[in-house]
Amino acid sequence: MHSLAFDIAHLLAGGMVVVSLLLLYQDRLYALLNVYALHALLLALAVSWQAYIQHAAHLYVTAAIALVFKAILIPTVLHRIIQRLGIHRTIEQVVGVGLNMLAGVALVALAILVMLPVTATATALVREDLAFALAVVLLGLLIMITRRNAVSQVVGFMSLENGLILAAAGARGMPLVVEISIAFSVLIALIVIGIFLFRIQERFDTVEMQMLDTFRGERQR
Amino acid sequence: MNGTGFVAVTALLVIPATTALLLGLLSSHQFSARLNVGATLLSLLAAVTLFKARPEPNLYLLVDDFNVYLIVLNNLVSFTTSVFSASYIAHELAIGRLTPSYLRFYHAMYQALMFAMNLALLANNIGLLWVAIELATLTTVLMVGIYRTPEALEAAWKYFILGSLGVALALFGTILVYLAAQPVVGEGLPAMAWHILIAKANAFDPALLNLAFVFLLLGYGTKVGLAPLHAWLPDAHAEGPTPISAVLSGLLLNVALYAVLRFKMLMSANAAALAPGPLMVGLGLVSVLFASLMLYRRNDIKRLFAYSSIEHMGIITFAFGMGGPLANFAGLLHIALHSLTKSGIFFAVGQITQAKGSQRISQIQGLTETHPRLGWGLTLGVVAIAGMPPMGIFLSEFLVVSATVAREPLLALLLVAGLLLAFGALLLRLHGLAFGEPQGSAAPVQASYLPMFMHLALVLVAGIWLPAPLVAWFNHVAARLG
Repeated sequence: MHSLAFDIAHLLAGGMVVVSLLLLYQDRLYALLNVYALHALLLALAVSWQAYIQHAAHLYVTAAIALVFKAILIPTVLHRIIQRLGIHRTIEQVVGVGLNMLAGVALVALAILVMLPVTATATALVREDLAFALAVVLLGLLIMITRRNAVSQVVGFMSLENGLILAAAGARGMPLVVEISIAFSVLIALIVIGIFLFRIQERFDTVEMQMLDTFRGERQR
Repeated sequence: MNGTGFVAVTALLVIPATTALLLGLLSSHQFSARLNVGATLLSLLAAVTLFKARPEPNLYLLVDDFNVYLIVLNNLVSFTTSVFSASYIAHELAIGRLTPSYLRFYHAMYQALMFAMNLALLANNIGLLWVAIELATLTTVLMVGIYRTPEALEAAWKYFILGSLGVALALFGTILVYLAAQPVVGEGLPAMAWHILIAKANAFDPALLNLAFVFLLLGYGTKVGLAPLHAWLPDAHAEGPTPISAVLSGLLLNVALYAVLRFKMLMSANAAALAPGPLMVGLGLVSVLFASLMLYRRNDIKRLFAYSSIEHMGIITFAFGMGGPLANFAGLLHIALHSLTKSGIFFAVGQITQAKGSQRISQIQGLTETHPRLGWGLTLGVVAIAGMPPMGIFLSEFLVVSATVAREPLLALLLVAGLLLAFGALLLRLHGLAFGEPQGSAAPVQASYLPMFMHLALVLVAGIWLPAPLVAWFNHVAARLG
């Protein structure tokens, strides 16, 4: 009943949701980066498919940015940073894997329940794309909340951002998508430089209450 | 296309952008500070000419009655802050907290921030607005972390993560607005232009707009610093250089609020969409009450005034949430007066912390004895920000409260409770700061008092006498805000 164009878009966007769920329970930094690279690769494919079916040539630029910058460059650089800083240990998680996955599934359900009724007038392609995109955004938020390490928070943010680019690419004829993905890339490049220059993650390793008080600047000196 | 208006708008974007590049290349910090002042002065002049002549809106830039006043306010405060900044950084350099190479970076970022804020205010495209606010976030993150102490990096990181989350949610909302507009307006740039969106909003899908507004309110609300999304704000204010605290509180919060208000206008233009008022009233009230309670037990002077900014942003959001001509009028007035007062206070605080060598309130006592001018300036500022007559903020707070009493007496009760709590906390702190047993160094400071007293004088004048054309014009804008 659906066209092939719809099926492939559906497959790629759905794939991103699945990979987001995979990201939730990766407890080693290297594995997290590899899964993220897969996430970005799927985004590149999904965006180029949208470019093809919408005949929107500018979206190929966004797809190329996703491929080169997010799927190859950033994971490689982060990999090297982790190596240089010697922090390739397990990630401490706030809640357990089971609970985390349950929360993730609930968020996906929420995204679909919120998005489908609201977009009743749009085409099926746009609707499902948006629902998946919202699911990826919410899962990215969940990753950011449950992680303490700066590198994994950044991975969470980057997966969230992939969801946004997916949504923007799915909105037919939306202008400035390329500009927005460039703006996001600058943002991410800065975070990565920030991690390396400032070695922020060292301060995130321990979460003792006393440390948190110092962070708020209320009890020092 | 109106010639002079177009030139002015171009100048507002080109001056900060080219100056930012130039400042990145120049190494003499004295010259950079002067160039910074000169560039902001030129931008201010360009902004003022917009009152006389405005360009027709095109698909990228728009100047209308609403944003022209924010543009002028933005460039005015950025000019006075650059004057204050010149004397502030000279001291930081002298005590070795900043090195010349960091200063070069600081000045370039200052102009980049001005460019981003001017672009956000001028943008006639919701995507461009988003990019500009993201750019503004980035430049301020870099400036908050400029001292490179563990606390400063921590604050910058927190601001960065929360700010990025905010802009990410706002982008999702922006995409949803585009999707709502696209079936009516058609594909492409017109479906993102303010003047077209607002004109045709009545035909948009209300369900999609509702969802979009929730994302936009939470997203840009994070940047406004509304509780419970405010966690970045006190740290970013406390750990960065004080001129940046002044610009953050005085300007950047307003720019984010401007985005929220534009989207609120869009929502009001659609009869079937959710009324945005109650959401804003709720967030505003929570911010006022929360920040007022947090004002007690602060022991860092910059954090104290950062919480006060959350309180005032709450009051403004509450006022616009109530809506109606009177409350909107009060909200518009409060934006301007809060900007002027809070940046004035931060000018004083910057020089006080430099004189005393500490931000701890316990080490800054008895200022009227050790540094009379700074002490009395701070006293005047706190009296204004606490909302005492005859200062202007009393007037705008009084208008908000009376507009609320007429319509929702219970809400007015809560708001007044919040205002009184904040009033008490500020006066409690002020007593020690200004009139307590003198603590710390009494060495005189090299300072320019002009920016601080100019701001406070404007606030005082506004409390006593508002020029009739200004009132008429505020009324006109308030009516449009719905």
